[in-house]
Amino acid sequence: MSDLRTELKKSIIEQLNLEELSIEEIDNDDSLFGDGLGLDSIDALELIVLLEKDYGIKLTDPYQGKEIFISINKMAEYIETHRTK
Amino acid sequence: MSKDPYFISQYVGIKNTKILKNAKLIFSTQQDSEVLPFLKEVYKKVGLNYPKYHKMDPLCKLGILATSVLLKDSDFSNETALVFSNASSSLNTDLRHQQSIENIVSPAIFVYTLPNIVLGEVSIKFGLQSENAFFIEEDFNPKLIYEYTELLLNSKKAPSVVCGWIELKNAEYDVFLCFISKQGEIPFTTENLKKLYLFENE
Amino acid sequence: MKEVLLQDDAIISPLGFSTQENIEAVKAGRSGLLFHNNRRFSLGGFYAGIIDPELLATEFLKIGNPTKYTKLEQMMLLSIYKVLTSNSKIDLSTTGLIISTTKGNIDLLKGGHSFSEDRFTLNSLAKVIQEFFPFKSQPILISNACISGGLALIMAKRFIQAGKFNSAIVVAGDLISDFVISGFQSFQALSKAPCKPFSKNRDGISLGEAAAAVYVSTEIDSKNNISIIGDSTSNDANHISGPSRNGDGLFLSIQNSLKEASISAKNIDHISSHGTATIFNDEMEAIAFNRSGLKNAAVNSYKGLYGHTLGASALLETIITKHSLLNNELYKSHNFDDLGVSVPLKIIQKTEKREMTYALKTASGFGGSNMALVLKKIENV
Repeated sequence: MSDLRTELKKSIIEQLNLEELSIEEIDNDDSLFGDGLGLDSIDALELIVLLEKDYGIKLTDPYQGKEIFISINKMAEYIETHRTK
Repeated sequence: MSKDPYFISQYVGIKNTKILKNAKLIFSTQQDSEVLPFLKEVYKKVGLNYPKYHKMDPLCKLGILATSVLLKDSDFSNETALVFSNASSSLNTDLRHQQSIENIVSPAIFVYTLPNIVLGEVSIKFGLQSENAFFIEEDFNPKLIYEYTELLLNSKKAPSVVCGWIELKNAEYDVFLCFISKQGEIPFTTENLKKLYLFENE
Repeated sequence: MKEVLLQDDAIISPLGFSTQENIEAVKAGRSGLLFHNNRRFSLGGFYAGIIDPELLATEFLKIGNPTKYTKLEQMMLLSIYKVLTSNSKIDLSTTGLIISTTKGNIDLLKGGHSFSEDRFTLNSLAKVIQEFFPFKSQPILISNACISGGLALIMAKRFIQAGKFNSAIVVAGDLISDFVISGFQSFQALSKAPCKPFSKNRDGISLGEAAAAVYVSTEIDSKNNISIIGDSTSNDANHISGPSRNGDGLFLSIQNSLKEASISAKNIDHISSHGTATIFNDEMEAIAFNRSGLKNAAVNSYKGLYGHTLGASALLETIITKHSLLNNELYKSHNFDDLGVSVPLKIIQKTEKREMTYALKTASGFGGSNMALVLKKIENV
């Protein structure tokens, strides 16, 4: 289970070019947007791409992302129940 | 209307693994002339400390790099205008987006498929809520850049201007940006723009 | 300061191949947004304003060989040609040429065509346009996202006032290509239905394609008497794709253009807005208009008729606004139902006659760019 979370942190750092951040610096409950990692609206769209590419999850409503991309924990929970690959 | 004298207060050139400010070499590397490793190395050396840099496409990285060197110790304000130009528009990123069209398209790449995004990135970094223009020319055209910059200054649409050339094609880069204001010694003229650009290219 | 006037103009769009046809369609509320099949979309297609290439080629045949020019070139060349033929006084040896586009012939980038390999570049496009007529002066080419067409017009005015030339042809054009569709799709920015600017249930943009051209000069003409009396561009300095939440850049552009025009916000009779129908753009504009004291001006968006024609939009919409002022007619904001922004706005719900003097045209785009220009109808000419 924690493997998925580590994997997610790794691919988020890679996909979103967060070069100055390491896996250890991201807490599972850190908020991804706002005061946490400080991601923005383009990052949110990239996370949608990441869900599709890596886990076969297609979000068609951009607002769905708001409830999923809260923290690494929330994302991992969503992926565990919805993944197709 | 009386015209105030303006000067090329500072200028910066980035080309061929070298960064020059006011004709003085401030960075060079023998490592690699390719744009991507150069942009990575220079970020650390220049001490930018701007994590958003890593998210940008190479054209914007060049713009942030050049303006950071240029505007250091410059008397710019939030009304300082940006007048940039190049030949290849956003070709480097256009090609990356084009390659992905048949598969999964990345919004973080697509957003950089416009030449004026670099104006946006520079505006964000320095808090410039000012006049913006991006011209496409076959080569650096000092006359056009001079004329448009001059009219912005004379019509009081901007108190100072960052203007010049920012080209990236096939991993070859050529940046020449000037800070034009009332301070300085080199008179702001077409001839001087041309001379300084050619000097950078020697 | 020299008065700079909008003279003859032409629009090439799905709604017609002349300004007159376009104005008639606008008056009749005839939209160019139709459903087009496209396998990229889970719904099987998308709503967009696309020019029929065969109709275009037939029209182009009157002035040249359509197999030698790309679709965008045909559109832009035709728009200029129509302006030139409607005004015999235009002297190509002294008139400036200002060209604007976001992506030009980017559809050629993937190859598999009979044109030269570098035909996709913006410089090639400028060369094709200059040499066709030919214009004597080097064209000025700008690419500034979705404010491009408006910025080109602003530049014409500024260069004329600075004495670079006495008159100019300004042309703007953009295409709907796979390049652009796939990008906006990745942004989840495309509407499922024809776009609904400023409406409660709006859900994104519809794309469109068009070319527009206008002759700008200082000559006072008895039939055309619309002057550009204020103009400005400002960057949000906030985000490269998301509109500023407080409308900063657009607000500043409006303030600066009103100041140059020496009029106050209450003089503005009509605003031709950008109105793309994304949630954030329309909200941002509404906030900027309110902050500027413009909540009583009659607002419309032409995106419900044309879609978002990208670099062409601000020029195309300025031309229609010019005719709206000349005809003393306010044109309905197409596809509007219930107001869906957080502050009051007077959206034009019915095309109607109204005496008008001043109009404001605004546009915003990626890279945080914003522009505003103030048009004035000059009486007693």
